[in-house]
Amino acid sequence: MSLAPGWYLGLAAVLFSIGAIGLLVRRNVLVMFMCIELMLNAANLTFVTFSRVLGDIGGQAVVFFVLVVAAAEVVVGLGIVVAIFRRRRSTTADDLHVLKG
Amino acid sequence: MTGALLAATGSLTTGHATIPDIITFVAAAAMVLAGAIGVVTSRNPVHAALSLVLTLFGIAVLFVEQDADFLAAVQVIVYAGAIVVLFLFVIMFLGVDRRENVETEPLKGQRPLAFLMILVALGAVFALAVNANWVTGAHAVAGSTTAGGHTNVYLLGKSVFTTYLFAFEATAGLLVVAVVGAVFLARRPSAPDDIEGPADIEGPDDIEGPEIEGPEIEEQPEDPAEAHGELAPDGEIQDAVEVGQ
Repeated sequence: MSLAPGWYLGLAAVLFSIGAIGLLVRRNVLVMFMCIELMLNAANLTFVTFSRVLGDIGGQAVVFFVLVVAAAEVVVGLGIVVAIFRRRRSTTADDLHVLKG
Repeated sequence: MTGALLAATGSLTTGHATIPDIITFVAAAAMVLAGAIGVVTSRNPVHAALSLVLTLFGIAVLFVEQDADFLAAVQVIVYAGAIVVLFLFVIMFLGVDRRENVETEPLKGQRPLAFLMILVALGAVFALAVNANWVTGAHAVAGSTTAGGHTNVYLLGKSVFTTYLFAFEATAGLLVVAVVGAVFLARRPSAPDDIEGPADIEGPDDIEGPEIEGPEIEEQPEDPAEAHGELAPDGEIQDAVEVGQ
């Protein structure tokens, strides 16, 4: 038997917060992507916890799909990073100010 | 705060946790949080990626502890095995594995505001978890996690291939679109005047250049006569390349 679900949910909330802070504070696009992965993992942990608590396999199925979508997102996102780096020689989000009015 | 959450969801406790359970959870939670803080604070993107591996392994341990065996395996294979390697590959490929100056703040007061905002949001989440009753107790629609004494892989597979079959098929399309998009985005951009032409001709030239020059340089000091013998095919290849151009 595992611990009460509150511990897992609290850990997931803290993990999500750390990821969100990193996304707001860091300027390297690659590190910002990693912070998005942290937030996705926090959500996955919540899904699995509620899947166990409610006895519903649907939570785990959703995590399965989140994994697929995360993989696709990383592939496309890193492709965009590579394309931007070819043009601008930088992976810093602050350098991408072409649309600035 | 976690204790309050524990008390709030105490009615959901499925059983008494043993000492190994607590030790496992504490160790995994320490891994997760240390890795997450490492991702956010490390200056070098490579170190951030390695910290991300630590977090992902911790999450996998927590999955195992909650009887989600298949997802734990997939977590290690897909996340730690594929996604982090992809991150590291792009970091090395772009050569951005330098130390980043994290002290300078381009926007004044953005960091304190970000911390404040996220901490308020975290507090709100905990307050809601304590006060609101999120769990409705409704019956499972996708099947139980322990139905018929089957294993986790059996039940998850049955659910994915019956209840979520359409979503599963849609992910196939999503992956194809993602692969095509990645290839299109990461392709070397051609010059505005020339369409596709120069890329085809310059490709072989770039590849064969070092291969021809390599043996020439190595063999010259050993035996000049042999080197001359080898030169003839090289000349032919170079001629062929020039004709191709």
